[in-house]
Amino acid sequence: MAKIESNKTGSMVVKRGLAEMLKGGVIMDVVNADQAKIAEDSGACAVMALERVPADIRRDGGVARMSDPEMIEKIQAVVSIPVMAKARIGHFVEAQVLESLGVDFIDESEVLTPADESHHIDKFAFKTPVVCGATNLGEALRRISEGAALIRSKGEAGTGNIVEAVRHLRSIIGDIRKITQADSAELFEWAKRLQAPLPLVQEIAETGWLQVPLFCAGGIATPSDAALAMQLGAEAVFVGSGIFKSDDPAPRARAIVEATTHFRDAEIIAKVSRNLGAPMTGIGMDNIEQRFAERGW
Amino acid sequence: MVAQSQKSKSELTVGVLALQGAFRSHEAVLHKIGVSSRQVRTPQDLEAVDALVMPGGESTTMSQLLESANLFEPINARIKNRMPVFGTCAGMILLAKTIIDGRDDQLSFNAIDIDVQRNAYGRQIDSFEAEIEIGSFAGSFHGVFIRAPRIVSLGSSVTALAYCGDDVVLAQQDKVLVASFHPELANDIRLHELFLEGV
Repeated sequence: MAKIESNKTGSMVVKRGLAEMLKGGVIMDVVNADQAKIAEDSGACAVMALERVPADIRRDGGVARMSDPEMIEKIQAVVSIPVMAKARIGHFVEAQVLESLGVDFIDESEVLTPADESHHIDKFAFKTPVVCGATNLGEALRRISEGAALIRSKGEAGTGNIVEAVRHLRSIIGDIRKITQADSAELFEWAKRLQAPLPLVQEIAETGWLQVPLFCAGGIATPSDAALAMQLGAEAVFVGSGIFKSDDPAPRARAIVEATTHFRDAEIIAKVSRNLGAPMTGIGMDNIEQRFAERGW
Repeated sequence: MVAQSQKSKSELTVGVLALQGAFRSHEAVLHKIGVSSRQVRTPQDLEAVDALVMPGGESTTMSQLLESANLFEPINARIKNRMPVFGTCAGMILLAKTIIDGRDDQLSFNAIDIDVQRNAYGRQIDSFEAEIEIGSFAGSFHGVFIRAPRIVSLGSSVTALAYCGDDVVLAQQDKVLVASFHPELANDIRLHELFLEGV
């Protein structure tokens, strides 16, 4: 009989395991306990606790940092689903603080202002799983080589515009497909081109998929956006500003949850898309000053 | 529907509840064993399956989706009709008689006489791996516990099949099998084979 004391915590299996459990679900950005409750009531599989949603970070400018621990704890107190929180790229002390709070997943996020212009966090140093954004397969594999337990597209957060997330998912998944067709000599060239560790590239050639789950983030505003990401190959979706910057958050949240589950069923997506009120306004890519997706290396 | 006892393993279709969670990992194990599987999201999907696996994930999310997809009553009726079901982690919560620390509006099928406490081992940082001894298996089974629920009490008609420390982590009552850990993440087909023996 196993002894509880000898159990292994914080392993890669356990960290990726939580990412597995989030699949097919919707992770919602929330800025206070009331929103967290609405998110859970609407069927979110996790919440991301942050002080300002990306649309407001974009509007306000200035330096965006980890949230106030007290605000994160208030959210932890009202929901039973996993609570995530964001640390700045390379800011391993913010990640340490989030781990000490018992946050279930840390997002090393380009939505916050980067703290280090050449290094990401050594994610193996944490027992808490860490998710990172990526715009292409090379970036995804570099993050995995640093210990990321989950990859999400970066998209362009706070815009309500899905176009960048689609670009990133197509790039990541398209290159995975090509690698599965490559011969062994071509894999060296792929590793060089992607600036990614060769063994990870070889593993993808063998398994046909990333070492960790791939979710979509950045720009999801409607049930159809969520289903689009899922049909393109994302395994779950993050919704940031899209819910609580819309006219009527609760029904929209519920509709996005249903569309993510029934992502191949157009009749259900049509049904849940009715009478949701106005989505967040959204921004065209030509009209944004700061591209968050360019942060990270 | 054909009587289940007349079907051989190759004729079976095992459903995997695919509302949210790790349903693809369960399908991968079933494929390794050589039985066909079907993702269940609608009542029509359910009609086509001989047994049902309820995966890990978020039980509160699944509970709401069971209602919106009009799946709760049809699954409930099938379970009462002795359809074999295997619930892991969140799936176990859905099958339990009583849920402790759940949401007030959270549904469960009351299919096995156990009381289950959600997230009873703590937050993600307390999620763990442990070797588990399962009676009929040669060699231990690798248990992966993710924000796991704990079986806090069992009725007399429930058989405890495995322990971790003092806790029952695998239990069975008639056609209902539940695990508080994730056999679908263990790269081990034995527990799914055990379930299929009862199908």
